[in-house]
Amino acid sequence: MDFGFGFSPSSAADLDKIDLSLYHRMEKVAPDIRTCMGCGSCSATCTGAPFSGMSLRKVILAIQRGKEREAREMLSGCMLCGKCTMVCPRGINTRNLIISLCRYWDSDKREYDFSREVEVKI
Amino acid sequence: MIYQGKQKIWSEYQKEIPSDHWFYARSCIRQNFFPASEKYFLEICRDLMGKDIYETPHHTTCGGIAYHSDTIPQETAMTIVARQFALMTEAGYKNLVCSCITSFGNYTEILETWREFPELEAKIRELLWKSCKREFEKPEYVAHCSDLMYKFRNEIAEMAKFRLVDKETGDPLRVVEHIGCHYSKMFPHKGVGGAEYPCVLSGMAEAWGGQVIDYPERRHCCGFGFRQYLVKANRGYSLSNTRKKFESMEPFHPDLIITNCPGCPYFLDRWQYVISEMNGKTYGRNGYGIPVFTYEELAGLVLGYDPWDLGLQMHQVAVEPLLDKIGIAYDPAKKYLGLNEKEIMKPALPTVLKCC
Repeated sequence: MDFGFGFSPSSAADLDKIDLSLYHRMEKVAPDIRTCMGCGSCSATCTGAPFSGMSLRKVILAIQRGKEREAREMLSGCMLCGKCTMVCPRGINTRNLIISLCRYWDSDKREYDFSREVEVKI
Repeated sequence: MIYQGKQKIWSEYQKEIPSDHWFYARSCIRQNFFPASEKYFLEICRDLMGKDIYETPHHTTCGGIAYHSDTIPQETAMTIVARQFALMTEAGYKNLVCSCITSFGNYTEILETWREFPELEAKIRELLWKSCKREFEKPEYVAHCSDLMYKFRNEIAEMAKFRLVDKETGDPLRVVEHIGCHYSKMFPHKGVGGAEYPCVLSGMAEAWGGQVIDYPERRHCCGFGFRQYLVKANRGYSLSNTRKKFESMEPFHPDLIITNCPGCPYFLDRWQYVISEMNGKTYGRNGYGIPVFTYEELAGLVLGYDPWDLGLQMHQVAVEPLLDKIGIAYDPAKKYLGLNEKEIMKPALPTVLKCC
């Protein structure tokens, strides 16, 4: 039956189906990724966010969910201004964290097969 | 944890609720959705508990729906609420109890705002005087009706004719409790158990014999969200919220849902029909849905009131399988008979969701 509206796509993640290998790799590159509590202060203060879609909170969430392409696309919108570092309540050097992630991906010359990423939704 | 330490921490999450002399403010929408809930709240408090609950036909909406839909400014909502307080003052009461969770949130928010900004209170007093020549005193205590029912839960359990147990096996029924967002998410200290451990409904369910189940999306919104529902283009968000909750609770096989908000039981009940028509999914056993009750309806059921007097025929999800499970007698032939046995209209049956 058509009610004139439908379901929105679910943002819920099935933790049993998530590939955590990306997160574990990134933990070694930028250990502060574990300190983040996902409050979103960094995203709220980001100058570039409204124009480029950059959100460090979402980058970390994407990494936790194995969505490498999404994380890399968002990071490419960062201008490295460092405002997010000033507001992080956990004292994470977010600018350094972003540089570490970017450097890792820049040095990672392998062709990444994005089709391997599984859409993890319930 | 040491027992005394636990008690000390828990005491910080309690609130003292005066037991008598209340000015009662009804909800705008509950009488349409769940017509007997407010009637039986008054009947239980007045006739069974012998409490003084006063209501006046002059009170109006609290303005909460318009305020949360962004159609009136807060000053307008404040003046409407100030008029309610004036009615309470004129009637000689100091404790306000409201039937609606959004009203409770609205009254609390306004009192807190006035505490922070006394100049705003002065302005509202002036506006009220200019508009209707009334003056008011602020209530000493604001409670939600579920707070009172929580306070009387053990007395109700003593008088109960039925318990929330399976009559065949004797096992407690599996109860999902859903608390309205405006109860304690805005001002945690105003709710029993705060925002972290709200126990206003779980306390009732457990006192009446049920077993409360925990599930991942337990504190998620029901999906009403005012603008999400009121604007048709956004209605999918509302539906998706509700579906998210049902998908999360389904593996725990709940027997019933108890709620304390006007919107939550309505949406949790009606959306089950919409979900079933959209994708053929039902969440109860054997093609039925999960019945959703207000706390007054559930109190009425355990106290032995007739299910049709409690207005349970107005629910979308059939309640009969649950009544059979508890052992509550009902007459199917009287389901759609109104006052003085007058025939009320019988609804058409859904194509997927099983109804009796």
